[in-house]
Amino acid sequence: MQKAATKKTLPAAYDSKIEGNVIFTRLDAAMNWMRKNSLWPMPMGLACCAIELMATASARFDIARFGAEVMRFSPRQCDVMIVAGTVTYKMALAVKRIYEQMPEPKWVIAMGACASSGGMYRSYAVLQGIDQLLPVDVYISGCPPRPEALIEGLMKLQAKISGEHSFISQKQDLVDRVKALG
Amino acid sequence: MTGPELLSSLSKLFGSRILERSEFRGETTFVIEKSDIREVAKYCRDELSFDYLLDISSVDNFGSEPRFEVVYELYSMTMAVHLRLKLRISEDDPTVDTVSDIWPTANWHEREIWDMMGLRFNDHPDLRRILMWEGYPYFPLRKEFPLEGLPSEMPDVAFTSIAPMEGGPFVTQPSTATTKDREPRAHPPREE
Repeated sequence: MQKAATKKTLPAAYDSKIEGNVIFTRLDAAMNWMRKNSLWPMPMGLACCAIELMATASARFDIARFGAEVMRFSPRQCDVMIVAGTVTYKMALAVKRIYEQMPEPKWVIAMGACASSGGMYRSYAVLQGIDQLLPVDVYISGCPPRPEALIEGLMKLQAKISGEHSFISQKQDLVDRVKALG
Repeated sequence: MTGPELLSSLSKLFGSRILERSEFRGETTFVIEKSDIREVAKYCRDELSFDYLLDISSVDNFGSEPRFEVVYELYSMTMAVHLRLKLRISEDDPTVDTVSDIWPTANWHEREIWDMMGLRFNDHPDLRRILMWEGYPYFPLRKEFPLEGLPSEMPDVAFTSIAPMEGGPFVTQPSTATTKDREPRAHPPREE
């Protein structure tokens, strides 16, 4: 009797008493699901895009619907940096330092033309795209983008996160660090 | 005293030391000697009631001598009169006396002119760059400085590189199309 039970390829031992209390899934899927629905943004508001960023967070557009309403002004508590505005060379290394202070895993949204490519500022003072310093996950076009565009960018980022191999890459990261220590 | 009387009393007192006086659309401009600026400024503030310094700006007449101009925009709150003072600055001696003790607002204006045009202000209490960082090697508003910038590097402080002046994903083209059609977009190109 017992032998037969183990041989059976049931999805799991089904028990109506614990239905709804236990979920089986892949570890990656669970981690990604938790990460993508609770993205805490670092509002790197540098110019007029920051106004649209604020509008996105406010009642009419309500970025809380996507779990990203917790704007943190400390990089230590953030998951995604929203670079909203013109990055001047004077500010560029400060932005990079703030990015480096954010704990892993972390993502970057380049919001608007300026953060993506320097925008209309072809000049001596403006960094021609934040991707020269940081790895950018999502670029949002517009000058400035409408809140809907930012929300779509956020949803694109969520789609990207849900496809990541979080557990494997975390383990690989650990192995690499141990190797680097020697 | 009315506005015109105010200005003529200035030209009477400084007479020969005023190099040029011009009127354009009701605006009066005096060109004065560089060495006279502090004396004239004090007189304007104390005797002629020009208690408000609106702005100081600088001009680069590249290729002609004297190359630079410094322009002071004065305003009298009590008389509602504008006055413009101009100094001509040679490239060989790009220094001006500060007026930041006469009008405190001049402090940052003079810092900006030092930062952007490279004119030094004698006896300025705090002559640091104001927009670019200490150690940036160029003066960006000078005519020989290219719009796209020049590369510079200060480790851990800042760096600059040359900006592309054409091409790139977000560059608009001049055309008669409406703003809606000219708006830069990042949609993938349509497959033919």
